[in-house]
Amino acid sequence: MSTPLEHDYIGLTEKKKIPSSSSSSSSEDGKTFKETELRLGLPGSESPERKPLSGVSLSLFGNLNNNNNVMNHHVHVAGAKRGFSDAIDAKWAFSDAHGSDSDLGKPSALFSPRGAGNVVGKPPLDPKTISTQQGNSINTPASASQAIKESKPLQEKNPQLPATNEHASAPASKAQVVGWPPIRSFRKNTMASNLTKNNDEAEGKPGFGCLYVKVSMDGAPYLRKVDLKTYSNYKELSSALEKMFSCFTIGQCNSPGLPGKDGLSESSLRDLLHGSEYVLTYEDKDGDWMLVGDVPWEMFTDSCRRLRIMKGSEAIGLAPRAVEKSKSQN
Amino acid sequence: MECCNKRRMMKESPESNFMNRRGSSCFPDEVLERVIGMLKSRKDRSSVSLVCKEWYNAERWSRRNVFIGNCYSVSPEILTRRFPNIRSVTLKGKPRFSDFNLVPANWGADIHFWLVVFAEKYPFLEELRLKRMTVTDESLKFLARSFPNFKAISLQNCDGFSTDGLAAIAADCKNLTELDIQENVIDDKNDNWLTCFPESFTSLEVLNFSILHNDVNFDALEKLVTRCKSLKTLKLNKSITLEQLQRLLFRAPQLCELGTGSFSQELTTQQYTELEGAFSNCKNLNTLSGLWVVTPQYLPVLYPACANLTFLNFSYAPLDSDDIAKLLVHCANIRRLWVVDTIEDKGLEAVGTHCPLLEELRVFPADPFAEGDARGVTDSGFIAVSQGCRNLHYVLYFCRHMTNAAVATVVQNCPDFTHFRLCIMNPGQPDYRTSEPMDEAFGAVVKTCSKLQRLAISGLLTDLTFEYIGKYAKNLETLSVAFAGSSDWGMQCVLEGCPKLRKLEIRDCPFGNAALLSGLEKYESMRSLWMSDCKVTMNGCRLLAKEMPRLNVEVIKEDGSDDSQAERVYVYRSVAGPRRDAPPFVLTL
Repeated sequence: MSTPLEHDYIGLTEKKKIPSSSSSSSSEDGKTFKETELRLGLPGSESPERKPLSGVSLSLFGNLNNNNNVMNHHVHVAGAKRGFSDAIDAKWAFSDAHGSDSDLGKPSALFSPRGAGNVVGKPPLDPKTISTQQGNSINTPASASQAIKESKPLQEKNPQLPATNEHASAPASKAQVVGWPPIRSFRKNTMASNLTKNNDEAEGKPGFGCLYVKVSMDGAPYLRKVDLKTYSNYKELSSALEKMFSCFTIGQCNSPGLPGKDGLSESSLRDLLHGSEYVLTYEDKDGDWMLVGDVPWEMFTDSCRRLRIMKGSEAIGLAPRAVEKSKSQN
Repeated sequence: MECCNKRRMMKESPESNFMNRRGSSCFPDEVLERVIGMLKSRKDRSSVSLVCKEWYNAERWSRRNVFIGNCYSVSPEILTRRFPNIRSVTLKGKPRFSDFNLVPANWGADIHFWLVVFAEKYPFLEELRLKRMTVTDESLKFLARSFPNFKAISLQNCDGFSTDGLAAIAADCKNLTELDIQENVIDDKNDNWLTCFPESFTSLEVLNFSILHNDVNFDALEKLVTRCKSLKTLKLNKSITLEQLQRLLFRAPQLCELGTGSFSQELTTQQYTELEGAFSNCKNLNTLSGLWVVTPQYLPVLYPACANLTFLNFSYAPLDSDDIAKLLVHCANIRRLWVVDTIEDKGLEAVGTHCPLLEELRVFPADPFAEGDARGVTDSGFIAVSQGCRNLHYVLYFCRHMTNAAVATVVQNCPDFTHFRLCIMNPGQPDYRTSEPMDEAFGAVVKTCSKLQRLAISGLLTDLTFEYIGKYAKNLETLSVAFAGSSDWGMQCVLEGCPKLRKLEIRDCPFGNAALLSGLEKYESMRSLWMSDCKVTMNGCRLLAKEMPRLNVEVIKEDGSDDSQAERVYVYRSVAGPRRDAPPFVLTL
């Protein structure tokens, strides 16, 4: 019963009324969408039809016009129902009201967008990983007019996708689903490595004196390319990126669709970048997403495939990996 | 033949035979057998066998090929008892959704006990074609030893074996004509299995090892290709370089089907010219595939060979729209085209422009989980193809979103679809222009395409889609459903409305026991039903099993799941009774 959300290019959603249908059986009112919704819920979340362990469901409405939004990467953050999520909220100081109960113990899964590793060959019987939940709480008949804030989701490797149920839930959680899209592993793995190789060919050719990599920024409608060879250290790269993407961050403050460069100071952008709003990450040769700045510059340019300016809220998992790992193994 | 002689000796005299006949046929059995033996179609043979006892017998004695769509629907004992003279067996094992990790490992479908029975009953077995079966090296070695006339083995989506098994085949099958290994899970031990073909071996016609990821012994390969003058199909793996390809083509200009290796070596001008020459020398080439890792600037070497191509499988070659457009200019005869969605809508426009004879199009996603700048193909590309390629009857299309209007336009342009598989990769994605469900899209498909045999639906779908399917899709045989529907009613519509339905596979839909049980009488006319992550319970399954004893109702149980829910249900008709080899997590009810 949720209509899909419209997003402006920055990714902020308009508030849309989300009529929820109360529970139980099927199609009494002929509401079209609700039965197709699957929700992602925490273990132990209130879902009477399920045992706690298998209480992971997935809500699947796509975000229609969100440029950045492709399935599997955009799980909407947890609803207000769970105390657990509140704890997460407090802990990570998310800017929005919702917390994410993502499985932070698997950070490598976060930033490996490649199809290859995502739905692995083992039986999809692992119910304990990520659960995030929609802004709509599970059992509330009340219509949820909460805006679903768009925050980047965290991937997980083997989400359990249980039986659908008739609970109302908010739209568009796009965590990964086992075996979906229906592509055979051989193809997924081959394409992943073919793409890498093609990138190698395109970008790794030595002797051309340039090393163009794509730079994406969460919330921006289009990407840029930078030539890593034109910079000699991280500082230069960082300022160049700030300049390049300043228009988008300003756009966030203004009305959508009209980036305004006037009056922007480099410092305000830098503040945005260096305040916990944005974090610069890159994808390396192995397909893993890494925090920029850890390795010597030359090593970085050698292994960097593409860059991504992530929202700080998502990059939480990058640094304190060990901590989350131990936490998630309960 | 020996078998026929054996039977004839046990017969009555021709006179009494003649008098025993009731007018259903006045031919001696031998003639009847000869006539019926000419029937190739399985359906015809099936019909013929139902006419009367004589025809049934004639049919069973004359049959040489058998196709078993579900290896558990029949046992090797029953099979060999009915058909004594089989030369070629095709077997399919696991449910199709096992391709997508929905079936746990060690589920079954092991070929071995079939082979053991065949070794005794079909010692003259020549061909074995397996899909989604578990095949061990042990089995392959057994096969190589047990069937002296063995000619062709084709393994698709199988698992459990390694190159050791291939080595056994190479070494011991003296009459081998076909070794076709496709998309299997294979342990590539990199152990020179190609060298196991004896020097005297020359009969190979089909060699496909494209999925192996290790190097092969090129020397052995080149020698093999050189001495097998009848080689028609050669599909290489990515370890083969362009230079090596050129050498192979030089040896085998008679090839009809070629799967290249990697297409991205640094070539000198000389090498480039030689490669181009090699391709222009291949006058019989009708199928081209491979191109693992492509350097687009070498694609022009293919141009001389493109004019006769009817099947172009670039589904592992992430080309862009320009590259594909330049190539397709030369490919006016293409009937089947498999591509990656990196060609985008612009590439599809080129398809529509240059390939008017196209009958089948498959567009695979380069990066199904891509973020950020995810592009690929959209509704406009789909329409563009349909406008240019009016003969299109098979489509597999992966996209991120679609509109109802576009699909309606596509089927209007191409009303002859027999296979329509649309995969909107975002589950539950509505029409992105109108925000409505995609019901009308598939409604248009089933209303317009009366010949539709296979349908895969996706996107945001309500019961209305299923009402349409049940009402209009009267020729539908296979239906794949995911994340769709609103209630039991949807599934009921399909079960009640589609008389020819054979395979129904459903995942993550709100269909429960009522829906499951509404198909009680239907399932025996179907090959199988798969339902996973729906709302079916164990009790519902038990009821089904109780009511329909000739169905196998199997539930795949997972650890830690609710005992009353039946998360994965596989229902199929069988004359072999319940499985004897079921692993502990498969419960037969």
